[in-house]
Amino acid sequence: MTMACAPGTPFLTEGTDGTPRRMLETVGGMTLLSRDVLLHGFRHIEWKLLLQQLEQIGWRSLSIVNLTALFTGMVMALQLGVFLSKFGAKIYISGVIGLAIVRELGPTLSALMIGARAGAGIAAELGSMAVTEQLDALRALGADPLRKLVMPRLLALLIVVPALTVIADALGILGGSFIAVSELRVDPTFYFSTLFRGGWIVFDDVFSGLGKSVFFAFIIGVIACYNGMMTSGGADGVGRATTRTVVTASITILLSDFFLTKLFLFLPDTQSIFRLIRRIG
Amino acid sequence: MPPRDAREPTSDPFISLRSLSKAFGPKQVLRGLFLDVRRGETLVILGGSGSGKSVLLKHINGLLRPEAGRVIVDGVDITSRSEAELVDVRRRVGILFQGGALFDSMTVGDNVAYGLREHTSLPETEIAERVRVTLGMVDLPGTEPLMPAELSGGMRKRAALARAIILEPAALLYDEPTTGLDPVLAQRIDLLIRRLQARLQLTSVVVTHDLHSAFTVGDRFAFLHDGIIRFVGTRDELQRTTDSMVAEFLKAAA
Repeated sequence: MTMACAPGTPFLTEGTDGTPRRMLETVGGMTLLSRDVLLHGFRHIEWKLLLQQLEQIGWRSLSIVNLTALFTGMVMALQLGVFLSKFGAKIYISGVIGLAIVRELGPTLSALMIGARAGAGIAAELGSMAVTEQLDALRALGADPLRKLVMPRLLALLIVVPALTVIADALGILGGSFIAVSELRVDPTFYFSTLFRGGWIVFDDVFSGLGKSVFFAFIIGVIACYNGMMTSGGADGVGRATTRTVVTASITILLSDFFLTKLFLFLPDTQSIFRLIRRIG
Repeated sequence: MPPRDAREPTSDPFISLRSLSKAFGPKQVLRGLFLDVRRGETLVILGGSGSGKSVLLKHINGLLRPEAGRVIVDGVDITSRSEAELVDVRRRVGILFQGGALFDSMTVGDNVAYGLREHTSLPETEIAERVRVTLGMVDLPGTEPLMPAELSGGMRKRAALARAIILEPAALLYDEPTTGLDPVLAQRIDLLIRRLQARLQLTSVVVTHDLHSAFTVGDRFAFLHDGIIRFVGTRDELQRTTDSMVAEFLKAAA
């Protein structure tokens, strides 16, 4: 299996005096890593290592993602409550909260939290392995870092980020309902019925949110694994790799979110796709 | 007798480095270096800190790729092999890293068994037996359940040595095997290397700046300076050399 940016072959970090050059090399290196992942990564999956990572990344990120979602829903209800009441539009509160969370805040905030927590963890772990020559040792024993280190982490992220996003969506809406009911005196049955039966949230909204989260998961995985494996320079280097991972992942998530939103709004909704398929069939 | 030129090819070398060059960015580490390692011998590479000894070593099993030159192992040119094609070379050429480089997420037993689990389909009972025997060979019996963090520096190196020899390689590369150990432990490691050498008929390349250790384990000696091999020869030849750089190193290290 080819590892284009295999650790220990630091051709990617060579001559890193100029910043533009370094940036280009980093982008190039991550692109090569993504290519290796897509071309070779899914051929042979180490299930035991994947399970370990699911526990490490998924289970342990659950609480911070839940907390973030719950309070985001609650604070939105507080803010919107005051604003919507002014125009007598309080009845729309669940719809606005639901839509914002399912389409935007659920996937993005969850990805940011997982990116910070799991991304930093991955970069630090792989970074320490790189500086203590454990990555070289892995290769020297004839094992493939892509299969043993990158893929279990990346697959775990691809499963965990969408899964936690669904939970975050639900908790965000639930958090909003607490405040809507207790502070704004909205009827709980009304809150939930307008949301789903009132046509505020349709399948496409959830789908677009989950589509984003899969993309975010890939971004976090590639950035964290790349930075980790390319670490050099002892404990100091591990610190820098970790910081770089969190910063780069967060920025990339926020920037790509804009373009993904644009893309998903541009795509035809699933209803019309089904209609098209029926007409052809 | 005049010192032999490192370029002069040896008959039937196990490892042969031909005109090897390697740079990291602007820093040229190896500059067209020639070196042959004979089958079954222990060659010690001496040289100052930062002279590129470890870099040289990591070319032999393809962990690093040269910019120019060729690496030939057992008659086969491995220079342009892919990672996948290097696997069989790495099975036959083991390496002991400077700090041991044990996987710290695994027990000593799992570390030592790693190569077997990766490359063979032996049953677990057989693997456990092989691990037990190999840990015995490096004087670490019964340490299977320990984590690497629970071992001392010297024990870690010996456990890493067990991990490197369990696949019964034809050659073994040692990166500073005695660095960071007290003289008594260093001596034990040296004797262990000698013993394994005799028992497993290994071709060995030892990188060190510890002259005492070098003389304990080495059959022949090479001196790396400024990216090339300045000298290669036996202990007698080394001590009688007229090369001022080598003489200075020997004087300072003695």
